[in-house]
Amino acid sequence: MGNKFMRNVYMVPYMVWVLLFVIAPILLVLYYSFFDIHGNFSFINYERFFTPVYLKLTLSSFWYAFLITFISLLVAYPTAYLLTKTKHKRLWLLLIIVPSWVNLLLKAYAFIGIFGAYGAANNFLEWIGIGSRQLLFTDFSFVFVTVYIFIPFMILPIFNALNSLNPALLDAANDLGASKSTTFRRVIFPLTLDGVKTGCQVVFIPALSLFMITRLIAGNRVITLGTAIEQHFLVTQDWGMGSTIAVFLILIMFLIIWLTGFRKRGA
Amino acid sequence: MKKLMTAFIAITLVSILMLVAINRLNAAQGYSGDETLTVFNWGDYIDEYLVSQFEEETGITVIYETFDSNEAMLTKIQQGGTTYDIAIPSEYMIEKMLEEDLLLPLEHDKLSNLHYIDERFMDLPFDEGNKYSVPYFWGTVGILYNKELLPDKTFTSWDDLWDADLKNDILLVDGAREVIGMALNSLGYSLNDTNEDHLQEALKKLETLTPNVKAIVGDENKLLMANNEAAVSLAWSGDASEVMFENEALDYVVPEEGSNLWFDNMVIPKTADNIDGAHQFINFMLQPEIAAKNTEYVSYSTPNKASLELLPDEMAEDERFYPAPELTNRLEVYENLGKDMLSLYNELFLQFKMHKN
Repeated sequence: MGNKFMRNVYMVPYMVWVLLFVIAPILLVLYYSFFDIHGNFSFINYERFFTPVYLKLTLSSFWYAFLITFISLLVAYPTAYLLTKTKHKRLWLLLIIVPSWVNLLLKAYAFIGIFGAYGAANNFLEWIGIGSRQLLFTDFSFVFVTVYIFIPFMILPIFNALNSLNPALLDAANDLGASKSTTFRRVIFPLTLDGVKTGCQVVFIPALSLFMITRLIAGNRVITLGTAIEQHFLVTQDWGMGSTIAVFLILIMFLIIWLTGFRKRGA
Repeated sequence: MKKLMTAFIAITLVSILMLVAINRLNAAQGYSGDETLTVFNWGDYIDEYLVSQFEEETGITVIYETFDSNEAMLTKIQQGGTTYDIAIPSEYMIEKMLEEDLLLPLEHDKLSNLHYIDERFMDLPFDEGNKYSVPYFWGTVGILYNKELLPDKTFTSWDDLWDADLKNDILLVDGAREVIGMALNSLGYSLNDTNEDHLQEALKKLETLTPNVKAIVGDENKLLMANNEAAVSLAWSGDASEVMFENEALDYVVPEEGSNLWFDNMVIPKTADNIDGAHQFINFMLQPEIAAKNTEYVSYSTPNKASLELLPDEMAEDERFYPAPELTNRLEVYENLGKDMLSLYNELFLQFKMHKN
């Protein structure tokens, strides 16, 4: 009896955690989403979500989240690949992770200085002869800063996948006459696909609901679902609408995880 | 296995014991009762030195917490987890808190310094007879602009912001009432307008401002204006005077069509536990010397008439921050428009933010 009983006992903290901090909040969000601004039960929030304002908001959130994920991947994959080739892998990896220990807001404020009209970035542009231009409060600065913030989360899973790749497979590909690019396409990339998927999930989902960066770096010229949720909870006190947007975000999250996880089983 | 089981039980027991002990200790001293006073104020809105002085004079320990919007403050007080003894909401929020029965009436015989407040700021519509609130600071909403970056521009009207020369040069604040109110004022409507056609008209007008808008920001506009990042900003008078100390090129004006006049006020919320201490605190802050010191630090406009005489002349006589009654009569105080209107204002504001030129 002892063994089975103990296993159940060990499960207790985990179950309590999941129940209190995962299931209960999701149920609460779902519950609130069925109440209008006066606290009456209704589906009005769901109707409102399908009006042009919120649909446009959803589309624009998607577009930026996609851009951020795509650019992160473009930068992260080669970086992770190079990291596995270096001598002191762990040290280099640490250097990439260290910036993620710095508070997000602090980094955002630092970028306000760097991208400012008289900031370091513009000084550099001036020096190489391009001339200064507006960087802060543009799409460019928004995507740049978010990519910078998310990139460690993209590099880590890809690095792990690349690092655990059996070198014998590469030798085999080489022996069998595969060119470098074929080896990459047919051996390396498929075997690290799981890492890429994890990285994309970890970046795409938070990118959908960013809100502080949209104000600090993009000056509210970029509006995401996160901005709308913040506004409904803090300003209009319309918790119902805020929750409804959150419900859609959760649904989208499940969809993405299901889509990216689906192929693995098929393969 | 048995050892593990014993350890598990022991840890659980110890945790429970500690929880009980913490509860006991909290109840026995601090965090509630006569020895402490929990003050809930806007960020950077008091000279903290005065808090220590109050502690020394009365022996009460002050727990000081801050909020960054009236709505956030309301939410916390509604939840009632903390025993806030003093809060400092704006006027329209006081109306709302009264509706929801969240305030305690003041005992005027405990506020011997109340007579120092200027008559102009007493007995206002949101709290007639000052039964629940005492004015803390007041101010306006206006245009903060950089004279050096815009040498041949003058600002007298809201419409000056629509000038094509100001392309990508204006900062707005991230507040639906402020921005839509500005558009309503520029069209000659009241900033408390609830006519949906007028509001749609205001949105249309705001959308034509988009090419001039550099960003819609929060408190960062102070930093950005101080660093010459933008030439013009919508601003609260107190924020304006604060950055004008840092950047001499800046000037502030309240447009002639009218604008918002606001009051922040000390109240005692229902959550209060140390009601006597709360009165002591309000009375302390009303002393002319204390109010003057606080004004010099915060740099918003004080409603305390006696303290004005203790301020440096260039501060007390500055018409931009102490406008004459003729001007303030033209300004409007935000009314509590109700949840539906607030929601509409915010929906329109969201549409404006999403509008691309």
